[in-house]
Amino acid sequence: MIDQFVIPLLKIVVVLNATLLGVTYMVLLERKVIAWAQSRLGPMRVGPYGILQPVADAVKLMIKEDITPVRADKWVFTAAPIISMVPALIVYAVIPFGPTIHLFGRPVSLYIADVNVGLLYIVSVASVGVYGIILAGYASNSKYPLLASLRASAQLISYEVAVTLTLVSVILMARSLSMVSIVNAQYNAGVWFAFVQPVAFVIFFIGGLAETNRAPFDLPEAEQELTGGFHTEYSGMRFALFFLAEYANMIVVSSVATTLFFGGWLRPFPNVAALHFLDVVPSWMWFLVKSFVFLYIFIWVRATLPRYRYDQLMRIGWKLLIPLAIANLVVTGIVKVLIG
Amino acid sequence: MGQAIAFYTLAAFILGFAVLVVSTKDTVHSVLFLVLDFLFVAALYVLLGAPFLAAIQVLVYAGGIVVLYLFVVMLVNLKRPPEAHQDPHRRTKLGFGLAVAVLLELGAIATYGMTRTGSPLVVPGTNGPLPGNTEQVGWLLYTSYLIPFEIASMLLLVAMIGAIVLAKREL
Repeated sequence: MIDQFVIPLLKIVVVLNATLLGVTYMVLLERKVIAWAQSRLGPMRVGPYGILQPVADAVKLMIKEDITPVRADKWVFTAAPIISMVPALIVYAVIPFGPTIHLFGRPVSLYIADVNVGLLYIVSVASVGVYGIILAGYASNSKYPLLASLRASAQLISYEVAVTLTLVSVILMARSLSMVSIVNAQYNAGVWFAFVQPVAFVIFFIGGLAETNRAPFDLPEAEQELTGGFHTEYSGMRFALFFLAEYANMIVVSSVATTLFFGGWLRPFPNVAALHFLDVVPSWMWFLVKSFVFLYIFIWVRATLPRYRYDQLMRIGWKLLIPLAIANLVVTGIVKVLIG
Repeated sequence: MGQAIAFYTLAAFILGFAVLVVSTKDTVHSVLFLVLDFLFVAALYVLLGAPFLAAIQVLVYAGGIVVLYLFVVMLVNLKRPPEAHQDPHRRTKLGFGLAVAVLLELGAIATYGMTRTGSPLVVPGTNGPLPGNTEQVGWLLYTSYLIPFEIASMLLLVAMIGAIVLAKREL
């Protein structure tokens, strides 16, 4: 009874709260890091060194007036932010933060569920998240959002193909679709998959940048071109949901990259006994540190690279990344057959 | 018992949404009900013990095909004035006849299906049946059903070429 209901429920509460807290502080982190990259300080007024800025942001968004455009499709307009947010949150059910540890005398696994098609679940849920963007643009009954949402969704479904192909190479290496098995396969192989599949990792990361509409692929929501893109007509809490969904997606991509390519919860060199003193750091801490590095890289890339034009973006996705991903898959398959 | 409740609830939702797909006046709402339908069918696959098929159903159908349907529906302006709609009851007898024919066919398939029993897929040369849905689908797809698999991929290639030829301004 406890193991079946109470513990998973507690895990869900912890993961959801941590995620939502992380997402709100991601906003502050981004502003700070971009500011430091531009030799300025970022938010400094609210709280010491601007720590309480997300609180101010949240309050501001909650008390804003909720405007629904005239003749907008009301149900779809309301549903679009929800459709954007829900997939970003339910993906956390299969992300493994650590192995099975012993807490208060019971074995507790540091993941909510180990679905045997975990990786496929993540990709399929992410593909449903595209609907939030399409419907937001359509339901706004306004030209800029419609065009922006079409661009954004075309970008998303194009890069989904490249990302899924790289995931297939990882599945070939790990011989399993379950996320926990993939981490265990990295433990057994003694090497993180990023070093065995560097091309796949790079394509996955670039595809992840495009999937989350992050710079340099953020033309769909660029203020200069499209007045705010698909969330132009959204204000207050609805806009906050889109915003949070984007950052939650960023954290998901970082977590998945960590699990698939960088050993998940494993410490560096997990099979080398001489480094056992590193085990004092708990497994979930390694996971969080690695994910945080990827999040930092996301923000770093945004501060550094200029935006791609839409046709350049689509060309990269279709003519560069997909052939590279297929080539990587073929080479991986051949090497697996020859070496085993 | 729990499975029966789950099945009948899912079936009720699936049928309800399917009826809504054809009866809604707004085309975009119709497509959205179709997406919900596919998601519930994926839940049905999970109930039947086929998680791989469920994930593929969501990924390909709900997340790919219907997105493209939605693009077309959104961009083609389908608001016609009320007088332009034809009488929806103009082909009632033909519709009724076709519905009866489909029902008879489904009944025949169901009775024929009752006589066969399913068995877990055993691959000669290994011990015992294959462990999971993914492995079983993969094995079948690459051994017994290899030729339909290849033909389906050729079909998709032809469709893609056809779409490009139709849509390009100059070749």
